[in-house]
Amino acid sequence: MWFASPDEVRGRLAAVDYLADDGIATSVFLAGALGKPLLAEGPAGVGKTQLAKAVAEATGARLIRLQCYEGLDEARALYEWNYKKQLLRIQADDGAWDDIFSEEFLLERPLLKAIRSDEPTVLLIDETDKADVEVEGLLLEILSDYQITIPELGTITAERRPYVVLTSNATRELSEALKRRCLYLHLDYPTPERERDILLAQVPALPASIADQLARTVATLRALELKKSPSIAETVDWAHTLLALGRTELDEALIGETLGVVLKHNSDQVRAAKELGLPSR
Amino acid sequence: MTTNTASLVDRHVGFVHALREAGLPVSPAEGLDAARALMVVDLAERETLREAYAATLVKRPAHRPGFDLLFDLWFPPVISGTEGTAVTEGAEPRELPELRERLAELLMGDPADPAFREFARAMVGRFGQVQAAPGRQSWFSFPVLRALSPETLVARMLTAMLDERGGLPEKVARWHIARTIEAFTEAVASDVRRRIAEESGVEKIARSAVRPPIDQVDFLRATREELARLRREVYPLARRLATRLSIRQKRGRRGRLDFRRTVRASLSTGGVPLTTHLRPPRPHRPELVVLCDASDSVSTFSHFTLLLTFALREQFTKVRAFAFVDTVDEITGLFAPGADVLDAIARLTEEADIVRFGRTDYGHVFERFAERFPDAVGPRTSLLILGDARSNYQVPALGTLKRLAGQARHAYWLNPEPRAQWDTGDSLATSYGSVVPMHECRNVAQLAAFVETLA
Ligand SMILES: Nc1ncnc2c1ncn2[C@@H]1O[C@H](COP(=O)(O)OP(=O)(O)OP(=O)(O)O)[C@@H](O)[C@H]1O
Ligand SMILES: [Mg+2]
Repeated sequence: MWFASPDEVRGRLAAVDYLADDGIATSVFLAGALGKPLLAEGPAGVGKTQLAKAVAEATGARLIRLQCYEGLDEARALYEWNYKKQLLRIQADDGAWDDIFSEEFLLERPLLKAIRSDEPTVLLIDETDKADVEVEGLLLEILSDYQITIPELGTITAERRPYVVLTSNATRELSEALKRRCLYLHLDYPTPERERDILLAQVPALPASIADQLARTVATLRALELKKSPSIAETVDWAHTLLALGRTELDEALIGETLGVVLKHNSDQVRAAKELGLPSR
Repeated sequence: MTTNTASLVDRHVGFVHALREAGLPVSPAEGLDAARALMVVDLAERETLREAYAATLVKRPAHRPGFDLLFDLWFPPVISGTEGTAVTEGAEPRELPELRERLAELLMGDPADPAFREFARAMVGRFGQVQAAPGRQSWFSFPVLRALSPETLVARMLTAMLDERGGLPEKVARWHIARTIEAFTEAVASDVRRRIAEESGVEKIARSAVRPPIDQVDFLRATREELARLRREVYPLARRLATRLSIRQKRGRRGRLDFRRTVRASLSTGGVPLTTHLRPPRPHRPELVVLCDASDSVSTFSHFTLLLTFALREQFTKVRAFAFVDTVDEITGLFAPGADVLDAIARLTEEADIVRFGRTDYGHVFERFAERFPDAVGPRTSLLILGDARSNYQVPALGTLKRLAGQARHAYWLNPEPRAQWDTGDSLATSYGSVVPMHECRNVAQLAAFVETLA
């Protein structure tokens, strides 16, 4: 049992400085209660990866992470035989050929590691959309019965199902089949009220009035049609920057000077300065 | 809410059915997941119930607004005439100026505050019922909004929120007010729907109230507001399209053997080359040429495709963009990276030479394009044509298009018209489609599907 209720999720995540709204609390609870993987999808920097880490930290579980990228294959995701070591063994002693497909020569990769883990484990499959479509097939298989067949060793079944979180930036649509298998959580930019609370949790030294102003200003920026809207991570950076500058008042000049922390494209900065009537630098 | 099992099952079944009717692809397995979720959550917690349904049944953000609307109808927060509503309605002040005062207070605060929705419900009860036909009352939003007139409260709220007017603080305050007014309007509309459902059944109102999800909104019929939301869909799509096109070009190129590194590595294994090292594949340079119909018959579509082009511009190393009506001009420069896209679209009509007489003429456009830009399309180019293939009965210049397509590595045509209208009137869809494969592309979903087929 991972969590007793959505309320408990909220409380325990808050204890590790992750603020959950109704959607997060409910889906995190259900993923544990129904034993289904949780797919968290949304723009960059809204706390998808952090969510998995927070669940692990809050429950004292071990975190195993599979980082996806273009070209990721079974050998990197699941397991691989240590070919080099096997060949060296063959060359070295000429009798012991039959045991080169044994545990000793197996290179465990994140998925196998999570399936075999006998302690509570959170498996984070990060940025699933970056992997090739074939990897989805593999994930689908593993997330259906939580078992892996290694021809030479037999079938390994999870004794304790890991708590699985997949994340995606939606740079491409994940397959319907994979989505059907998962619970879905769309993580989006938070309301200013919630972002203020996140700021206060992440940057405790920040005065509440600045947190409020920052959150509302960022929300206003997001309403402009920018190429890249500021993420929560960038709002947090902004707060750190202001603190580092020793400023406790947020005025237009200061916003103008530090806009680069939240807006990375030059054209976005120009547009924001124009729309918000900031003094140009 | 009743937790009587039989009525819960009925409600669940009815709700899932309504979601399917509204276009959400809920599979039987997902329906069962939702049912299992209902058994482990506290059904009296309405927001938990909502999120439990959402987590199990709604797998695309575009489907969420329709889902929420239907959830509010199937699982209403209150039922008229029960004690709860009577109490809250009674607790509100009765005089209009006081009501407006209360509204202003709420609009300056957090719209997630339960008092916000309670007030909206009370106001619908107070002002929302009017004579729809002789002897027949019904519920509407407009009398509520007219009576309370939130827009006329803005000045007062700004004064209350700001020490002095002007500058960024005012912008931020205005944005906050705009957001809460929108939330209030939506809360009123939602309560109006609830009351209508109580009186004349939930199915009927459900069918008429749900707008198609944004990815199914017809490009040619998008409202202004939808267009703004469509714009937000553009960047992820462009990124996807770019990845797809580059994967196609990369396929089968694994990189050549790096002989020296392989040999060097083999030294540690007694000269046996256990590990082979490949040179990284040469970075691919996908090239894209976009030809985009910018005429009025497709203006919302071309607005969207220009944005798409602009977004693609940032993804491809080499993009050339051309716009046309009855002649064609290069617009790559207007869409330089870093340029402001809305500005660029505005400048396009003034600065680009794309109109002679003003009626689309594809044939002339292809001839002119081949003549003015002979080197634009080469063996590494993906050629993308965006338009409705309606050419006002002019000469099609099929031969020229065939030659252009032949020069390109791939060529695709995206047509925003429903397939059923192809070839009607002055449409040359089939003729052009026989030369360049033509895809119906009426909405974001179809565009996304097209992008996926490129894999
Ligand atoms: N709900 C939250 N509570 C507290 N902090 C949060 C929350 N959401 C986001 N953050 C902050 O945002 C930061 C960025 O989050 P994270 O790296 O998880 O984003 P991401 O969605 O995984 O982004 P990417 O798509 O770029 O990987 C976190 O380190 C944390 O500081
Ligand atoms: Mg991440």
